[in-house]
Amino acid sequence: MFYIFCPYCGEHREEEEFHPKGQAHISRPADPEATSDEEWGDYLFFRDNPRGVHHELWVHAVGCRKFFNITRHTVSYEILEVYKMGEQPSITAEHYAAQQGAASADKERNASQAKHQEGVRA
Amino acid sequence: MQRYSGFGLVKHALSHHENWERQWRNPTPKKAYDVIIVGGGGHGLATAYYLAKEFGVTNVAVIEKGWLGGGNTARNTTIVRSNYLWDESAALYEHAMKLWEGLSQDINYNVMFSQRGVLNVGHTLQDMRDIQRRVNANRLNGIDGEVLDAKGVQELVPIMDCSKNARYPVMGASWQPRAGVARHDAVAWGYARAADALGVDLLQNTEVTGFKIRDGQVYGVHTNRGDIEAKTVGCVTAGNSGVMAKMAGIKLPLESHPLQALVSEPIKPVLDTVVMSNHVHGYISQSDKGDLVIGAGIDGYNGYGQRGSYPTVEHTLQAIVEMFPIFSRVRMNRQWGGIVDTCPDACPILSKTKVKGLYFNCGWGTGGFKATPGSGHVFAASLAKGEMHPIAKPFSIDRFNTGALIDEHGAAGVAH
Ligand SMILES: Cc1cc2nc3c(=O)[nH]c(=O)nc-3n(C[C@H](O)[C@H](O)[C@H](O)COP(=O)(O)OP(=O)(O)OC[C@H]3O[C@@H](n4cnc5c(N)ncnc54)[C@H](O)[C@@H]3O)c2cc1C
Ligand SMILES: [Zn+2]
Repeated sequence: MFYIFCPYCGEHREEEEFHPKGQAHISRPADPEATSDEEWGDYLFFRDNPRGVHHELWVHAVGCRKFFNITRHTVSYEILEVYKMGEQPSITAEHYAAQQGAASADKERNASQAKHQEGVRA
Repeated sequence: MQRYSGFGLVKHALSHHENWERQWRNPTPKKAYDVIIVGGGGHGLATAYYLAKEFGVTNVAVIEKGWLGGGNTARNTTIVRSNYLWDESAALYEHAMKLWEGLSQDINYNVMFSQRGVLNVGHTLQDMRDIQRRVNANRLNGIDGEVLDAKGVQELVPIMDCSKNARYPVMGASWQPRAGVARHDAVAWGYARAADALGVDLLQNTEVTGFKIRDGQVYGVHTNRGDIEAKTVGCVTAGNSGVMAKMAGIKLPLESHPLQALVSEPIKPVLDTVVMSNHVHGYISQSDKGDLVIGAGIDGYNGYGQRGSYPTVEHTLQAIVEMFPIFSRVRMNRQWGGIVDTCPDACPILSKTKVKGLYFNCGWGTGGFKATPGSGHVFAASLAKGEMHPIAKPFSIDRFNTGALIDEHGAAGVAH
């Protein structure tokens, strides 16, 4: 069960008050007349479907009814950030990978240190 | 292959069933095959079987990252029907239905296909109009179907609340008598065993991590057990298809969502058919073991975690108890999720791609189990001939750019 912070209401509310609306930051073709079938199809139907960090649009359906964005991990489901319409995410897939990399490098270092210390003790 | 029969059962009883042959080999990967199938679910295994049996292509590997059938194949609620609205999908699902009807004999494996009929219940006038339209379309396509009124539904399912007092009164239903359920594990295992007997290599615990592509032509895959080559690769990876496509530099119009199901404790036989309702959003049948098999809706957000959300469980059980007050005190035993690859028009993708030799069979979303034999058969034909089978042709990826969608949301959107 998600506990989602609505950036407009300024509080955490239960998942059931919200609706997910799919991928965020999709902009309508600026010049429809000049848009090819291929581009229309891409705009209408093709979505990122990442296993990992995903930027998505949500609506606080039975609250303030405003739309906003969430950056969420699609495997752990962890909500990494919430931001208003018109704003850009601060956490992206690259950024997240770098962070995780640093964290696991830390862990490895700790682990090897632990092994090292164990060795000393023996 | 050791044939299964009643006589065999008796014979093996004499040695306490300790001498049954293994159902399939556990081969080491060869360097190269004629065809590689990525994904050892029902659809991938069926494809391999028909390649070997019908099209004489036996130098085939099925590469599965986990165990055979461990994806959606063994996680679904096993409903099989073919009453889809449009000609294209009706042809595909009815092709599968005909194969289901002889499947246990064909692969010498009891898949427990039980044609106990499926009811798609209507609760509003519009539901009933849609049902009438769909049943008429089905009949024009030679698919069995009847429109029942509330009384007819009540006669078939005495324990269902068909009274006027229900919150969403039952007004009628479509009824497909040839529809039913099958045992999902047996479908995967049966195809696996039959394919293996024809020489197909089933490589389990082998994950495809990339495609080998040169000058726009695929020539193999990278796996955690080394590279394996083939000039024809069929990717049949359901919920993981978006990730696979990205490895090949292809876009697919898919979104992966968790879909969950639950089963109750076993109870005495009370329900001898399958009841589905789009309107209250639940579907139910009773397995031969006696447990109620209940399906839920998808979680609305994208997800790859094979579990479902609690609110969805709650909504589903509300719907079931609404239709079947008698079940209000039955306890649920297990709950699980699978990752379904939903497509914008609720129809699958069976298609070539811009990479020569690389084919995708995916987008079955919430309802592909019923299509397993048909999907495998037409996909095998397409891989063998290098030309999409006529039944598969309308399901090309191109339709999302040409606009030739096959909108099955009415027959498939909620119902599985
Ligand atoms: C809860 C639930 C209920 C459902 N109910 C019904 C129903 O009642 N009726 C119906 O018709 N359909 C139903 N479905 C849908 C149905 O289960 C699927 O459409 C169908 O089983 C898909 O089969 P498949 O063989 O394509 O996929 P899967 O069985 O998911 O097989 C895909 C395989 O690919 C493997 N794979 C993925 N990536 C890789 C990789 N990189 N390398 C190697 N292997 C890989 C996976 O491990 C998996 O085993 C339901 C689904 C769910 C989740
Ligand atoms: Zn709000």
